[in-house]
Amino acid sequence: MVLGLVVMVAAIAAMASQVFRENLMYFYSATEVVNGDVPPQARIRLGGLVVPGSVQREPASLRVDFRMADCEHAVAVSYEGILPDLFREGQGIVATGRLQDGVFVADEVLAKHDENYMPPELAEKLGADGTGHSCAPFKSLERS
Amino acid sequence: MTEFFAMGGYAVYLWPSYVVFLAVLFGAWGTALWRGRRIRRAILRERRGRNDKR
Amino acid sequence: MWLWFHRLGSGPTFYPFAGRLAWLLAIPGLLLLLHGLYGALWAAPVDYQQGQGYRMIFVHVPAAWLSLFIYSSMAVAAVVALIWRMKVAEVYIIDAAIPGAGFTAAALITGMLWGKPMWGTYWVWDARLTSELILLFLYLGVLALDQAIEDKRQAARACALLALVGAVNVPIVHYSVEWWNTLHQGPTVSKFDSPSMDMRMLVPLLELTLASTLLFGTIVLVRMRATLLWRERHSRWVGEIVEAGQ
Repeated sequence: MVLGLVVMVAAIAAMASQVFRENLMYFYSATEVVNGDVPPQARIRLGGLVVPGSVQREPASLRVDFRMADCEHAVAVSYEGILPDLFREGQGIVATGRLQDGVFVADEVLAKHDENYMPPELAEKLGADGTGHSCAPFKSLERS
Repeated sequence: MTEFFAMGGYAVYLWPSYVVFLAVLFGAWGTALWRGRRIRRAILRERRGRNDKR
Repeated sequence: MWLWFHRLGSGPTFYPFAGRLAWLLAIPGLLLLLHGLYGALWAAPVDYQQGQGYRMIFVHVPAAWLSLFIYSSMAVAAVVALIWRMKVAEVYIIDAAIPGAGFTAAALITGMLWGKPMWGTYWVWDARLTSELILLFLYLGVLALDQAIEDKRQAARACALLALVGAVNVPIVHYSVEWWNTLHQGPTVSKFDSPSMDMRMLVPLLELTLASTLLFGTIVLVRMRATLLWRERHSRWVGEIVEAGQ
C-alpha cells in the first residue's frame, strides 16, 4: 500500500518536474533577446507588447511584420499565419519561433490578455482602449 | 434574443463552458442523492433478508 | 467545545445534523446561483477587450476556486483523520474528492474553451495550466487509492497521506502566475485592495463563486450521509433510520 502511494507520488512528481523544467519560464523578454541572453538558433518563446504603429500587414497574404517590446527594448518580429482575436497594437502576446539575423521569425502567436475587466465606456475614460497595456508582465524575471 | 444567444460570436465556446460547469454541479448533486437512495434501499434489503431467515 | 466536536464526529449525531445543514446550504446556494447567472449572462456589461467572450470567467473562476478550496479542505480533514482518527474526517476526504475532481475537470475544460478564442490555443504547458492538471491527477490518485485498498480504514489513512502530501501543489497553482511568467493572466479577484474588475462584473462573479461553494457543501454532506449509513449498516442507529424511511 505504502509502496503504491510512493510510486504514484513519484510518477506525478517526475512528470511535474519534467514539464516545469522545460516550461517554467514560459517566455523570454525582448530585453533578453537584445542582450543576447537567449540560445541562438533554438526555438524559443518571446513575450511582449505589440508596439503601437509597428504592425505592417502584407496585402494578399497572411504575413505580418511588427515589433514586440517589454519596458526597455524592442525586437522585430515576422509572422505568417492566423492571429488570435485579441491581437492588436498594444496587446500583450507570446510568439514562438527562432531568431534569424536579428529578426524573430514566429510560427505561432498567442495573445496574453491582462487581468483587468471593465466596460468599454470606462476603458475609454481611463485611456485603456486596448492600446495602453502594462509592460509589467513582460519584465525579465530572474532565471534559475 | 438571437443576439443574446450569439454572444458576440463566442457562442460556440461560451455556452458549452456554462453547460460543462452546470452539468458538473447538478450531476454531482443528482448522483449524490441517487446514491443515498440506493444505499438506503440496499441496507433495507439486507435487513429484510436477515429477518426472513430468522 | 471538545465534547461537541467529538459527538459531531459520531454517526448518529452527524447524520441528522448533516441532513439539516445540507438543506440550509442548498436554499441560499440555489438562489444565489440563479441571481448570479442572471448577472453573468445578462446584467454585466461587455468587456473592453474581450467583448461578450469574457463571460466565460463566471464559470471558470468558481470551478477553479473550488478545485483549490476542496483540496485544501481535504488536507485539513486529512490532518484530523491522521491525528484523531475521526471517522467523519476520513469519510470527508473521499466524498469531497469526487466533486473536487469534477470541478477541477470543469476548470480545465472551461479554461480551454476560453483559451481558444482569446489566446489562440486550447492548451499551453505553462506553469498555471500544468499545475492545475497535476491537481486533477492528485484528486484521481486519492480516488484510485481508495478503490485499490480493500480495508476501508487503511484506505482512509493512505488517502489522507496523499491528500496531505499533495497539498503542496495548492499554493503552486495559486501563485504560479506570480512566481513564473505564464500565458495565463495574473490574479483578478484575490487582489482584495483593488480588484481589477468593474463592480457590475465582480458582484455576479462573487455570487456564483459563493453559490457553488454552498452547493458543494450540500453535495458533500449528502454523500457523507450515505457513506456513513453504509459503513455502519450493522449498527442499531442505521437500522432505526432506514426503517423509519428518513
